[in-house]
This record gives sequence, structure tokens and C-alpha cells, in this order.
Amino acid sequence: MSIRRVVAGLPLIMAGLLALPLSTHAGDAPQVAKGKGDACVEPTDVIRKNHMDLLKHQRDDTLRRGIRTKKHSLNECLECHVQPDESGKVARIDSPKHFCSTCHTYAAVKLDCFECHSDLPKSMNKSAYKHKLTPDNKHHASMQSAPVSRQMLDAIANGEAK
Amino acid sequence: MSINNQADQSRRKFLGNSAAVVAGVTIAPGILLHTPAQARSLDQAASSKQRWGILIDTNQCDSGCDKCVTACQTENGWGKNETKSNSEQQAQWIRKVELKDPNTGHQQSLPVMCQHCENPPCVDVCPTGASMKRDDGIVLVDKHICIGCRYCMMACPYKARSFIHEELKGQATVAPRGKGTVESCTMCVQRVDAGGSPACVEACPGKNGKAMVFGDLNDANSEIAKRLKQYGGKQIRADLGLNPSVRYQGI
Ligand code: HEC
Ligand code: HEC
Ligand code: HEC
Repeated sequence: MSIRRVVAGLPLIMAGLLALPLSTHAGDAPQVAKGKGDACVEPTDVIRKNHMDLLKHQRDDTLRRGIRTKKHSLNECLECHVQPDESGKVARIDSPKHFCSTCHTYAAVKLDCFECHSDLPKSMNKSAYKHKLTPDNKHHASMQSAPVSRQMLDAIANGEAK
Repeated sequence: MSINNQADQSRRKFLGNSAAVVAGVTIAPGILLHTPAQARSLDQAASSKQRWGILIDTNQCDSGCDKCVTACQTENGWGKNETKSNSEQQAQWIRKVELKDPNTGHQQSLPVMCQHCENPPCVDVCPTGASMKRDDGIVLVDKHICIGCRYCMMACPYKARSFIHEELKGQATVAPRGKGTVESCTMCVQRVDAGGSPACVEACPGKNGKAMVFGDLNDANSEIAKRLKQYGGKQIRADLGLNPSVRYQGI
């Protein structure tokens, strides 16, 4: 590209730069879909402003200390906020329609969370383990104390086990 | 709300909210009202009262069987979405190892995963604090602060850790994983925190009985502690003094 063409293009680029902030002011704020249920886990103005702090606090509590309260859990945000639209489609994180992308696209916030975390709630994540852990399903809890066959222990003790 | 045995919950209602905890403290060990095998309440942190471990009986482990490996893959979502990585690079949270005694020809098969050392060298060498041991002895990578330097992989004598070399899609909700971070067996913390046992242990059919037992090494009444007391159990490379929570019988 010749110098002349670059210089000739400059006013255009500058006009574009100037127009950017103007256009965002002119445009409407992003349309944020309402979550499932009546209310968020925090008052709306609090969650809007502070959700990043709450999430980062929660991730340390969960990963490092094993605290698994639901209130500020990322998975729980997705359960309420990621829903199919009228046509039954669920927006993924790379679409500005995914709840966690609406504002972020608008405000140019880039998250790395979903490079690891699923962008779908567990109930919709097909790659998730389907076995549901509920208080009624004692399967998991019972395994731990599953009786070991006495026969087998004797076999080991007598050196018969192969 | 706690994911727990409902019957037990209702029986403890009369104790009030905090009474279950108080009961656990005031009554002498051995006559605890509930075994530590119960799930903690969700807001309770993992505690050093427990030390989770796995006992593997190699006599029960079938060399043709890899159900522990596939159960781990299904639960934690590794081993199917790394298409660009070669076999040396691919994730491996748990693997089957075949041993053969050259003198007698005796063959053994056993699963090897993170041994959840009491003195983990991976934690010692980590420059960011990402490599860590929970209070209940489970050794983890805090991927939120892992920078992918892989010192821990070099420090681990069990070759238990792997590094993710490519962008991933379709991760399991319970086990977030992503490019540029190190990972290893988590002893299925998500299940342990809910009062369950690791997927490998649950899936193990064994030959005549399970080859894997999960439980609290600190609880003398747990199946794993009783078995260890009666029949013993070996640590792999005990000479290193790392005191792993994974123990083996028959090796
Ligand atoms: C490199 C991978 C990775 C990245 C990137 C990542 N996480 Fe995580 N995150 C994990 C792992 C692993 C866990 C532990 C999951 C468990 O034990 O249930 C976790 C757990 C969490 C939890 C607790 C579980 C839950 O659903 O509440 C929160 C909250 C969380 N992360 C938030 C975040 C946020 C916010 C970001 C982005 C700023 C992020 N994470 C980025 C890997 C990652
Ligand atoms: C029980 C369901 C539920 C859960 C769980 C939940 N939310 Fe909400 N959230 C809602 C509802 C309903 C609203 C709308 C409230 C309103 O309009 O006043 C909302 C509003 C919000 C808003 C404001 C949107 C706007 O219009 O500006 C943000 C941001 C938000 N939630 C983030 C989160 C995050 C982050 C989490 C996880 C820590 C989370 N929510 C968990 C139901 C939920
Ligand atoms: C109502 C608009 C809105 C919604 C909806 C929203 N965010 Fe945000 N988020 C923001 C804004 C604005 C920032 C940047 C704040 C700043 O930089 O001061 C931000 C920042 C963040 C950060 C910190 C980023 C960083 O670089 O550290 C995280 C993490 C985050 N959001 C997570 C989420 C998740 C997860 C969801 C979906 C559950 C979500 N947000 C939905 C507006 C929103």
C-alpha cells in the first residue's frame, strides 16, 4: 500500500473512530433477557455491578475449600439465565444472545471462563454426566460403604485369590 | 440445602441447625452419630478431619478391564475431545499399568492416577499456588491460577498429570477444562463433596469383588481403614516419603 493511499484513508479512519463512541451512545443498551424465576440471587443493581466479584470469590471458595453453596455458583447462573428462545434454540457463548455475552459484547469485556466452563446449564449439557445426584438417589452415597464380600477378603488373606 | 440421606436429615431435625456439628464434636470419636461418609453441608469447607483415600487390590484387578478409565472419562469429559494432540500429549487422569515379573512371569494389572500425596512435590514446585492440596488431602490444580508452566508434571514421580495442548469444546459441567492448564485426577471432588465416591471406584467390577475401595483414611471405622489395618497396603515409591492416599494391595 502506498503512503498516499494510507494518508488518503486517514480521514476515513478518524471519522470512524469518532463515530464509535457516538454510535454507542446513540444505540440502545443491550437487550438482556430476564432470568428464570422472579428474582436474581442478588438485587438487580447489585448483581449487575458486582457479579464478577461474587463469581471470583465463589470460585476460590469452591475449588480451594470445597464450599459448594449455590447462591453465587456459575453453574447456577446458567441454569436460570440460559434458556431456549421461542424457536427452541439455545444461544452459545460466541453469540451476543447468550446471557453472559449480551453486555460483554456491548462493553467489550472478554471472558476466559468459557474456555473451560460449559456455557450451557448442566441440565442441557449433553456431554455432562447424566446420572442425577438427588437426595432420593442414594446410589452414590451408598457405594462408599458398600459391603465388601467376606469371601473375597478371606480369599486374599488365605492367598487363594488370583 | 444439603445433598444427604433424607432419613438421617429428618432424624436430626430435632437437634436444630447447628446441633449436628456440635454432636460430632462433643461425642467421643468412635460413637459419632454419623459417619464422615455423609456429605458435608454445602456451605461447609473440606476439613482435615478427613483424609480421602483409595485402596486398590491388584489381585482383583483384571488386566483386560479398563472400566475405571472409561468411567473417569465419562464423568470428567476427557479423552474424547482432544483431536489435535498426539498420544503423548493427550489427557490422562487415570491409566492401566501392566506389570510382569521377569523371573516368575507373574503378571499384574493396576490403575495408576494422582496418588494424592500428603507431601506433594507438585505443590512444592508450583510458582503460583495453583497446585494445591485441599484440607481433606485431595490434591488439585486450581486452573484459575495455573499458568501452564508444567513444573508440577516434571516433579510428579507418578506421571499423573497432563497438560491441555488445544482448545476444547463440549466440556462436562462438573469438570471445566481448557487449553494451557495442567490437570490430573481430582478424586472426583464434585462427587466426594456430595457424599459420593469417585467414578472409577463406583464403576470397578473387579474379578470376584471390587478392586477399588474409597473412604476416609482417618476414620478407623471406614471400610478402607479397616482393610488397611487388617491386610495392609503398599504405597508406590514409599521410599520417597510422599505418603500417598492411594494404596495398593498385592504388589
Ligand atoms: C482453565 C480452566 C478454567 C477457567 C479458564 C475458569 N475456570 Fe472456573 N473452574 C475450573 C475448575 C476446574 C473448577 C472446579 C470445578 C469443580 O470442582 O466443581 C472451576 C470452578 C469454578 C467455580 C465454582 C463452581 C461453580 O459453578 O460455582 C466458579 C464460580 C468458577 N469456576 C468461576 C469462574 C469464572 C468466573 C471464570 C472466568 C473469570 C472461570 N471460572 C474460569 C476451571 C476453570
Ligand atoms: C433463580 C434464578 C436465577 C439465578 C440462579 C441467577 N439469576 Fe440473575 N437474574 C434472574 C432474574 C429473574 C433476573 C431479572 C431480575 C429483574 O428483572 O429485576 C436476573 C437478573 C440478572 C442480571 C441483570 C440483568 C439486567 O437486566 O441488567 C444479571 C447481570 C444477572 N442476573 C446475573 C446473574 C449471575 C452472574 C448469576 C450467578 C451468580 C445469576 N444471575 C443467577 C434470575 C436468576
Ligand atoms: C447487565 C450486563 C451484564 C451481564 C448480563 C453479564 N455481565 Fe459480566 N460484566 C459486565 C460488565 C459491564 C463487566 C465489566 C466490568 C468492568 O470492567 O468494570 C463485566 C465483567 C465480568 C467479569 C470480569 C471480567 C474480567 O476481565 O475480569 C466476569 C467474570 C463476568 N462479567 C462474568 C459474567 C457471567 C458469567 C455472566 C453470565 C452469567 C455475565 N457476566 C453477565 C456486565 C454484564
